[in-house]
Parts: sequence; structure tokens; C-alpha cells
Amino acid sequence: MKASLNRLAERAAAEGLLDVAYTTTDSPFGTLLLATTPRGLVRVGLPNQDADELLIDLAARVSPRVLEASAPLDEARRELDLYFEGKLTEFELPLDWQLSHDFRRRVLRAIARIPYGQTRSYTQMATSAGNERAVRAAGTACGTNPLPLVVPCHRVLRSGGALGGYGGGLPMKEGLLRLEGVLDG
Amino acid sequence: MHSSWPISRLARPQRLIHEVTELPPFQTLIDEHAEQVMAVCRGAVGRSDADDCFQETFIAALRAYPKLSDGGNLRGWLITIAHRKAIDHHRARGRRPVPVAEVREVAVEDPPPDDGIWKLVGALPPKQRAAVTLRYASDLPHTEIAAALGCSPEAARRSLHEGLKRLRKELS
Repeated sequence: MKASLNRLAERAAAEGLLDVAYTTTDSPFGTLLLATTPRGLVRVGLPNQDADELLIDLAARVSPRVLEASAPLDEARRELDLYFEGKLTEFELPLDWQLSHDFRRRVLRAIARIPYGQTRSYTQMATSAGNERAVRAAGTACGTNPLPLVVPCHRVLRSGGALGGYGGGLPMKEGLLRLEGVLDG
Repeated sequence: MHSSWPISRLARPQRLIHEVTELPPFQTLIDEHAEQVMAVCRGAVGRSDADDCFQETFIAALRAYPKLSDGGNLRGWLITIAHRKAIDHHRARGRRPVPVAEVREVAVEDPPPDDGIWKLVGALPPKQRAAVTLRYASDLPHTEIAAALGCSPEAARRSLHEGLKRLRKELS
């Protein structure tokens, strides 16, 4: 059965019927869900997020042709593994931004440019996205980031330096900042 | 009475909520029904060609899936497709000449029976074969067999009955 299913996924991709491929991968923080369209990585699910709900959401918002297939995500997995080993500071994967729009997308694109090991404030992100007063909306953009880790919203902190929030939970945000040398320990 | 008050807008019913079951991620169909589809294919075309029938079924399903208007009976939908693919397979096979390196001069023997009872099922007339497969490989009730075959539940019951009668006779 497994060989049949692999063959099916390969054929679906070859015939342009694999709109969303997903797989899971291990990380020091738990299991991640990765999903890609033919354009690029479209969704990263953090360990505390419900994988089934994420897939249902992808089926509704991108396409119901959602299949488990690891090959289209080999590169994403490779880069994430290197990142967690501290050997990769910049992701080079193609990204599919279709799950974010307008102001939120502008915030996320600005976040994607924050260099490894550095942090910015929510106010700075709001300003980069073209509206310095929309700090709360910038926070929401981080909170609804469909591509955490790769679009490093963990590098965005409160103006006073407090951690703020994180979709994957604060311990994970702290862990990532430690990994990047922003926090000690 | 304010003549400017947009009465018609107030009277308009709220946006209709479509009672269409939202389509689940296609992987769910595979997780839940792949075994059954494979069993139907095995029953309908035999073990050696079952995987081709299985692939054709799921590729056709995947192609049609986003436009499916109702996600209510996905299992019945998949099994119906599997049956159509099995029929296509039999038709293609009937027409297709078999290429051989050289014409054999010895009598061709039947391959040894490897599918047991399913081999006998495979030899039934199409309707009976389909009804028996749907009932026992797919565990479908008469109403769903009827839907899959595009006949009345009574006709489905009859096909099943005839098929089983014939199998009993062959086995006794």
C-alpha cells in the first residue's frame, strides 16, 4: 500500500494535481508541519498547533487537493535542520505568501528581512510596513504568521525588550532567541 | 412612514448559507478509504492489475475533487469511480492486442489460482461481480451498491443474490 501511495503522490505532482503537499519533521521543540504549493512553502505549523486543523484550513483557503508527500519538502526540511543546528542563518527557500494579505503581508515581508541574531520592536515593524501607528495590527500580523521560523517573527519583541507573544508558546520563542545568541544560556 | 427608508433592504433575507459539506483535505480520503478502494480494484480486475486501477481511481478523484459539490458520501463516490475505472480496464483489455516476442506453439495454460475466491468473483458477469465486490470487499449496504452501479436497490439486491448463488454452485 505504501508503494502505491508514493506512486500516487508522484503522479499527482507530475500531472499538476498536487496543490498542497505536506509532511512533518522533527525539531528540538517538537514536530513541525510543513506545507508547500508548487510556488513555495506556504505554511509552517508549530508543535503546539493542531495539525488536523491546519490541514483543514489549507484545504479551505488554498485547495482541497492536499496530499502527504515528503519529496516536495526535502529542501525545506534540510534548511530547517541546518537552522536548528546553528549552521544556517538565512533561509533560501521559495515562499508562497498567499495566506497573508495587505498590511499583514507587508509586516511579514519586513520581518523576513530582520537578520539572524537581531531583534526589532513591533513599532519598528509597523513603521517598516508603512503605518507606524498600527502597532497592534503589526502584533496581529506576527500572531497570524503562516510561516513562523522561516519568517522569523520570534525576532520581534516589545519596545521595552519584553518578549511579547509567540504562536508556538513563549518557551519556544526564548529557545529560538537563545539559539541565535540574542538571549544568554 | 419614511419614504426614504430602504424597506426592500430590510426585507431581504440574510445571505443564504449553503449547506454544502466543506471538502476535507484529500489526504483524509486516502487515509480512510484507500484500503477499501484497493480491495474493490483487486476484486474487479485481479491482483496484478489492482494497483493500476487504484492509481487511475485516485488520480481521477483528485482531478474532480475541487469541483465536487457535496462532500457527503465520499466513500461511495470513490468506489463508484473505482468501478468505472475497472470497467475501463476490462474494455481496454478486450481491445488491446497482447504483444509477444514470438508466437508460442504450445497451449497456453491458465495461471495458477492465486486469488482464491476472488478469482471466481472475477469470472462472474459484470453486474454480479460488481455487486459481490461492493458488498464483500467494500462492505457497502444495498442502497450504496445501487448508487455505485446506477441501478435500483432491488436490482442491486438481485445482482448480489444471483452472483452469490453462482459462487456457491462453483464452490460446491
